[in-house]
Amino acid sequence: MEQAPAVHTESKVPMREFVRKGKPPTEDYREKLFELEAKGELEVHRVPDPIMEVETKYGRKKKIPLEHTWHHKSCGQCGHIPGYSTSIFWLHRQFGLDYYDPKDQSSCTGWNYYASSTSNAAAQAAVAARNFAQAKLDGYYPLIHCGTSFGHYKETREEIIHHPELRDQVRRIMDRLKMPFVFPEEIVHYSEWVHAMRHRIAEKQVLDFSDITVTVHPACHYHKLVVEDAIYDRELYDGQRTAIVTGLVEALGAKAADYSTWHDCCGFGFRHILVSRDFSRSFATIRKIERMKEEADPDVTITHDTGCVTTLDKSQFAVQAHGRNVGIPVMADSQFAALSMGAHPYNVCQLHWHGVDSKPLLEKMGIDHVKAWKEFEAITERIENEEIDFMTWEDADA
Amino acid sequence: MSIYKDAKYMDVPYEEKLKLFNEVKEDMRYDYSLYGCYECGICVAACPSARFYDFSPRVFAQIMAREDVDTFYELLNDNVWDCSQCYSCTRCPRQNNPGGIILMMRDAAVRAGLQSAKDALRAYSRIIYKVMSTGTQVTPDMLQPDFFPDWGTDVKEVAENLDVWRRAIPPETLHTTELAWDVSEKTRLELYMIWKLTGNLELIEGIDEGIYMILEEVMEELLDDHGYDIDDFENILEE
Repeated sequence: MEQAPAVHTESKVPMREFVRKGKPPTEDYREKLFELEAKGELEVHRVPDPIMEVETKYGRKKKIPLEHTWHHKSCGQCGHIPGYSTSIFWLHRQFGLDYYDPKDQSSCTGWNYYASSTSNAAAQAAVAARNFAQAKLDGYYPLIHCGTSFGHYKETREEIIHHPELRDQVRRIMDRLKMPFVFPEEIVHYSEWVHAMRHRIAEKQVLDFSDITVTVHPACHYHKLVVEDAIYDRELYDGQRTAIVTGLVEALGAKAADYSTWHDCCGFGFRHILVSRDFSRSFATIRKIERMKEEADPDVTITHDTGCVTTLDKSQFAVQAHGRNVGIPVMADSQFAALSMGAHPYNVCQLHWHGVDSKPLLEKMGIDHVKAWKEFEAITERIENEEIDFMTWEDADA
Repeated sequence: MSIYKDAKYMDVPYEEKLKLFNEVKEDMRYDYSLYGCYECGICVAACPSARFYDFSPRVFAQIMAREDVDTFYELLNDNVWDCSQCYSCTRCPRQNNPGGIILMMRDAAVRAGLQSAKDALRAYSRIIYKVMSTGTQVTPDMLQPDFFPDWGTDVKEVAENLDVWRRAIPPETLHTTELAWDVSEKTRLELYMIWKLTGNLELIEGIDEGIYMILEEVMEELLDDHGYDIDDFENILEE
């Protein structure tokens, strides 16, 4: 019997491109803020030029300020991993971008709230409004260093938009403080600034990262709280996961390796990391670090939040006693970016505050850590001998 | 009467449980946190606490939807502090927010001064004092081997070199040991006013009277230095 000729239909899959046609399922908080401003309820702090527009989860564009930024620092970063925030400032200085590091800034107090509930919505909103008012008065736009502050302020924004009684309470408190009731047009996380700047950072890269394998841990409070406000990019993970951090890693020529528990939390837990660390340690090492190690064997894990760096890094020491498969250095995207541009690993990136040994990574990056540590010690000796009071930016780069 | 044979806290009057249950339901955030439950378990699969504790975010959504007041009270005392507050559970296909419900339940537990909340927060009190008095939550001087023995020998080295190492950081605001960064007195003063105006200080009194007394003394002193009387800052939420 004669067989029918085979018909080959060329697959169209590679030609297909998903085009989003529907409207975003969530409301546009900026429109809501401008409506409140038009009614005279509050003042909206506009994102200053120059800006870069980036795409968020449902397609809305988000404005990222490149300079004139008021650095809303993080408790955990400044307190325990100071190379994190130092690297953010260092990057701004390398590009000659105007920024302000205020003393008139408090913690968002969100870490305490998520840990202990010893606060309330009015106090939380007033703390946010006080910081935002101070930024406006100082003439700079808030850039939020902490992932929890970023998520918490986004939640606060929703509460302020939806609840007139809360707005009334905040307004009365701000009146008593003799400060204006201001809310920023966009709530911007520093890692979004890093993402927006990633190609400019790559232009100034002096180290070859092509042999460096990275696992990325995205911070829960960045992309799980008020999800529509996180950066997505169809070129990264096909637009199915937030592009934050991975965008930088790829721009710097390093390999971003995937692993099965990418979406999992780090185990921080807020209260747990301070007083119930057996949980944090177990989760961080068994669900995150060991999975990364077995599936990707990275040289380093890069993340973009206070709690994630702390939990993933510090949890690795004690479990070695149980023979667990750990030993991955952990750092922030700002530190990774700074190192790529030639920042000093100890003077600027302050890696001696981290737990896991980063020397093998530094060697792979081509950094002489022995020489670098001697340079750091030379400065600390001058401080101890009272020749100088503290390390300056000039000392750090000398 | 609970539907479960092994229900706990049956000696606690139902009215007392119902009062707390209603407080959660009347929270302004509640209507945006619960839309029903498919019982699909996605929230449990995503939850870090579910892997290491007898804990399930799904149960919180279900008992609130079913208005099971007795089980609510049991969770309020026995499980609510296990949550990691990571919001991984917001992957819910019904757009529920179990982590948000838990935060509202914790708020109610703290406001009521439940013994279980006091027990959960006992070791944590020094952190509450730190953030409310200084405006920063964790500070360099907390890096002590006796507080973080499991963080490795590096903690001892940091503690021994703390003052010098803090001054060996370029940004001027970070040359601090008792604060995460140099918070101005003006900012602390404004925070104290916020704690008073929102009844936040009284909230602490119900959880840890010792910390409350120290905090009030610290706040009163700074307010007084700037010509303010602490009693002039009434709780505006009660008006």
